[in-house]
Amino acid sequence: MSHSSTATSSDDQASITVTLENNRPSIIQVKNLTKKFNGFTAVDNISFKVKKGEIFAFLGPNGAGKTTTIKMLTTLLRPTKGEIAINSFDPATQQDQVRQSFGIVFQDSSLDDELTALENMRFHAVLYQVPKEERKKRIKQLLDIVDLWARKDSLVKTYSGGMRRRLEIARALLHHPQIFFMDEPTLGLDPQTRNRIWQHIHELNEKYQTTIFFTTHYLEEAEKMADYIAIIDHGKIADVGTVKELKKKTKTDSLEAAYLQITGKDIREETVSNLEKMRMRVKKRRGR
Amino acid sequence: MIKIQVIYIMWLRQIKRYWRSKSRIIGSIGQPLLFLVSLGFGMGSMYSKTQGGNYINFLAPGVMSQAILFMAIFSGVELIWDRQFGFLKETLAAPVSRLEIVLGRVLGGATISLFQGLIVFSLTLLLGFRPVSWLMMPVALVLMFLIALLYSALGTGIASLMKDFHGFQLIMNFLVMPTYFLSGALFPLADSPQVLQMISRVNPLTYGVDGLREIMLGSHYLGLGLDFLVLGVVASVLLVISSYLFTKIEA
Repeated sequence: MSHSSTATSSDDQASITVTLENNRPSIIQVKNLTKKFNGFTAVDNISFKVKKGEIFAFLGPNGAGKTTTIKMLTTLLRPTKGEIAINSFDPATQQDQVRQSFGIVFQDSSLDDELTALENMRFHAVLYQVPKEERKKRIKQLLDIVDLWARKDSLVKTYSGGMRRRLEIARALLHHPQIFFMDEPTLGLDPQTRNRIWQHIHELNEKYQTTIFFTTHYLEEAEKMADYIAIIDHGKIADVGTVKELKKKTKTDSLEAAYLQITGKDIREETVSNLEKMRMRVKKRRGR
Repeated sequence: MIKIQVIYIMWLRQIKRYWRSKSRIIGSIGQPLLFLVSLGFGMGSMYSKTQGGNYINFLAPGVMSQAILFMAIFSGVELIWDRQFGFLKETLAAPVSRLEIVLGRVLGGATISLFQGLIVFSLTLLLGFRPVSWLMMPVALVLMFLIALLYSALGTGIASLMKDFHGFQLIMNFLVMPTYFLSGALFPLADSPQVLQMISRVNPLTYGVDGLREIMLGSHYLGLGLDFLVLGVVASVLLVISSYLFTKIEA
């Protein structure tokens, strides 16, 4: 049985309706979510739903509002306006229940470099009240999956970028979350590590029906991995749907072309121009 | 209900980080040692002539307090480090109360500061300092822990308001150093100008230094009861304020 879900970016924009293939309940519900920082609107009145067991991607350039949205969904930022329900709980009033429902891999490392991998895992297990008798087994299992068991007693500061990422993913899964948030999970990683990480995430999604919500600015990653893609730009959701639906709507034959038509710009150019802007800022600071 | 396990794991993390950072332990002994040797021996004869006593003995409780003050403030300010290097997000996103996180952090900071105070105490013994009564040392330990708790809470509270290290120099120059120099750690307050005495009375470290001198030297200025009372009340108030400020942190 199929049914519909909506994603609306602002009042003046038309409601975008997509057909969702599964009939499971929504585990993430967002309505008219807005976040402003000193007058700057980072997230502008967005609404969307994610169903249990889906892999949902937020695709957009740097500065589009992806991280700000994830922070609001995970109780780390208070929205300026709007409603959120995570696993039926309200992040504003039921923070503990919300926090127990998800695991998160942040864009930047959130590991303690001065602790070993095992200590980082144990620390997380205590914070999330993983039953004592289960801890050892789960930690071993997850570190095995991400190929880090042999290095479990090494300090994290001796790890490479890819190893850190894998450890963060293992740590975030330790308490068996129902929703797994990942903010640019493979940013800066080599293709081999990227593939391995995604393989683990897919296994997790299939085995436990874990809902995956990730942000990315890699078109290939969104196309290959996500069941549904929401295209976000300047804090607004420009469109949402499966790759097939987005291509069909825009009458294009690739996600890149669909993205270009929906946002009016190429995400690759946008990424380059953001990098260029950063370089300009650094040069300016150095007085060149 | 407060989860002791969460407080314990936060405390344990601080201890492990401290223990693994040998350069930090050695580095933070440097300044108290410099004060002990340079002032202790350099100004010792002058002190003996005017006050009639051993300056190293007078100085020892002061530099112990200094070691505790510096380490406690820095362990609190370490929160900014955690914020910049991302670890803070791991604790903020966890389903635990912020109060438990703060308590663990502050207790961890206070414990390592107490260690630091004891290391400096050992150094003073090597330089000839002897407390008047070893039996009173457990009381001294409690007082040292109270000083550590107070400044660890203060450091955490300040760090909750700061997003980066830009204000760090400000803390050093306008909080830590004045607190130390205006506590009577280096000179007897009883003989100092009235204004200085008044300022030092609103400085909690004054009560810490005075308490340690009472216990270790048998001297009497403010009274041990008042020292404990002021330190206990200020530490409790700062703990409440720090916890409140910590709950307001956004990642």
